[in-house]
Order: sequence, then C-alpha cells, then structure tokens
Amino acid sequence: MNKDSFTDKTLQRIVGNLLRYGVWTALAIGAIGGIVYLVRHGHESIHYGIFTETDKSIGALTGDIIDGVKKGSGTSIIFFGILLLFLTPALRLVLSFFSFLIEKDYLYVIITLIVMAIIGISISLGYGH
Amino acid sequence: MTILTFTLIMLLGAFAAGMIGSLSGLGGGIIIIPLLTIGLGVDIHYAIGAALVSVIATSSGSAAAYVREGITNMRLGIFLEIATTFGAVCGALISTIAPGSFIAVLFGLTLIFSSINSLRKKEEHVLKQSSPLARKLKLEGSYPDSKGQPIAYGTKNVLGGFGMMGIAGMMSGLLGIGSGAFKVIAMDNIMRIPFKVSTTTSNFMMGVTAIASTVIYLQKGYVQPGICMPTMIGVLFGSMAGSRILIRSNPRKLRIFFAFIILLLALNMIYSGLAGKI
Repeated sequence: MNKDSFTDKTLQRIVGNLLRYGVWTALAIGAIGGIVYLVRHGHESIHYGIFTETDKSIGALTGDIIDGVKKGSGTSIIFFGILLLFLTPALRLVLSFFSFLIEKDYLYVIITLIVMAIIGISISLGYGH
Repeated sequence: MTILTFTLIMLLGAFAAGMIGSLSGLGGGIIIIPLLTIGLGVDIHYAIGAALVSVIATSSGSAAAYVREGITNMRLGIFLEIATTFGAVCGALISTIAPGSFIAVLFGLTLIFSSINSLRKKEEHVLKQSSPLARKLKLEGSYPDSKGQPIAYGTKNVLGGFGMMGIAGMMSGLLGIGSGAFKVIAMDNIMRIPFKVSTTTSNFMMGVTAIASTVIYLQKGYVQPGICMPTMIGVLFGSMAGSRILIRSNPRKLRIFFAFIILLLALNMIYSGLAGKI
C-alpha cells in the first residue's frame, strides 16, 4: 500500500473543502429562493402559531420540491437549499467511508456503515406513524 | 405580521443569536428557540426545525476550518457518531409525541446547564496512556500547538464517553440543538481528550448527528422554509461576526455576561412552559 498517495492529510483537505463549499452553495440557493419568495408573497400575512403535523415520505417531499423549483416557487428553492445543507454532512460521511476503504481500515469502514444505517433507519421511522 | 416584516426581524434576531452563540461558546440554535417561541409566538416544533437547520449551517461552516488545520479527530468523531445518531433518532421520535410545554421546560433546564458549563475553567490536559479499547479503536491522535508542533494524546473510558454521547444525541434530537456542552463533557471530562480537540470534534459531529433527526423532522413538517431561510442566513453571518469580535475582546467577561442573559432566557422558557403558554 502506498501511504503517500492517500493519507489522513488528504482527507482533511477534501472534507474541509466539502464542508465549506457545501454550506456556501446551500446558503446562496436559500437566499435566491428567499428573494423570490419575498417578492411574490412579502406583503401577505402569516401565522406560525399553530403547528400542523404532516406525514410525507422523504421521496414524496423531494419530488414536490423538484416540481416547485421547476415552476420557480420561492419556498421550493429555499427548501432545495436546505436539502443541500443536509446533504453536506451526509456526503462527508460517504467520503470518509471511501477513504477508510482506500486506507484498508476495515474497522472504520464498518463503523461508518453503522452510522449510515442508523440514518437510513431514521428515514423509515419518521414516516407513516 | 407580514412575511416581509417577519423575515427582517428573523434576519436580525438570527444574526444576534449567531453572534451571542459564538461569543458564549454555546452555538446559535440555543438562542433561536426562545427568540422564535417567546419573541415571535412561533410554535415550538417549527422553532426546533429552524434551530436544527442553523446548527447544521454553523457547525459545518466552522468545522471546515478545524478539519483542515488537523485539530479535529475524525476517527473519534465518526466512532462516537454511532451513539449520537442513535440518540438523536430516539430524541426526535420522542419529540413528535411530547407536548410543547414538556419540551419548553426541558429546554430551559438544558439552557441553565449549558450556560453554567460555559463558565467552567478550561484546562488543557494531555493523557499519555490510552486504555486498551481506545487503542483498539485507534482513538489516539495528535493536534498542532500554537507553533504547529504536534502534541500526541491518548484517551480512556471509551464506553462512558459513548454513553454520554448517546444522551447528547438524544437532547439534540429532542430540542433541535447541537448539544455541544454535553458532547464536550463526554470527551473532555469522561474520555480525557484535550479541550481543543473536544470542542472541534464536537462541532464536526453536529452535522451528522443533526441529519439523523432532521429527516424525521422534515417528514413531519417541522421545517418551514419561511422561518428557516432568514434563520440560516442570519445565524451563519452572526457567528462569523462573533468569532471576529472574540479575537479582539476579553472572552471571560463576555462569557459571564452572556451566561447571565441565557439564564434569564432559560427561566422565561421554564415559566412559559409551566404556565402552558408554549
């Protein structure tokens, strides 16, 4: 195994960049959505005092958001930005999974898989109860 | 209130929350919730969703720098994420059935604990000898000192730290906060990891811990774009401004001042929760 080609230092740089650019991209998209939303609905009044629980699977939710973005809906663009923000740490996890695989650190390959599995389980738990 | 007014108030409020969060060392999410619920009459479930969005934004933003500098212990972070994500899923599920007043009181108590903890004296201690389990899990590491020289450290009480991390994750899932205070206690007090490594690794872990509960929140409708957008932008810029101020000021005095403010917020939350106003 050639230790020079891929070390923890390389991973540190890649993960650092991923986190930074991920956050800024999400923020930029969220801000664009915010402007569209304010221009269209800024004068309307809102009530956030009562919480209405929804029960939508993450797949259906993503579908709705993509449809909304195509139609140029401000809230959907904001939501898209928020989804990107959530994807940043998730991608970080996937990235470390592959880097442990390259380093042949199988103990940590399994540990990363367990974390991913728990997040996967939470997707199914949050829906339909 | 019109959407425009609400958004502008939230932008300013979230900016202040982000700034106070980074000055007090508590994270912005903790101030967003009282601002939204007590200040603007928003339902606590929406406030939790917004707080969690701001937690992910600020933790990823600051974790980026620490990871690049090599202070964060990524193996330790990922190993402990098993406990925090599991805890977060449990917490988020409890939060979907718990009444708002219960969450408000619990949040108030957590605030009191966190603000007292932020005043704790931080001493860097370096453990030379690791426990066998810590060695097996490769949790030892090193971090650069102010001159860039690596300082090696070991760790112990892996299981104790792991258990405490589960509790930290559960609070995070229940309340939409990063629960950095609990995470640092698990790493700093229990596992004896140097303080600088504990705080940065705690920050690094927040994003992944938060998505475990956020998927549940998303599907239940906690995440309101109209509330999250100004929150996310305001908190991120606020915490950046806060960290600039921190370099030029006396952190000790600032921390005492903000710990006091947060204590008042906490008492207000507990009162509102008990009085059934939230």
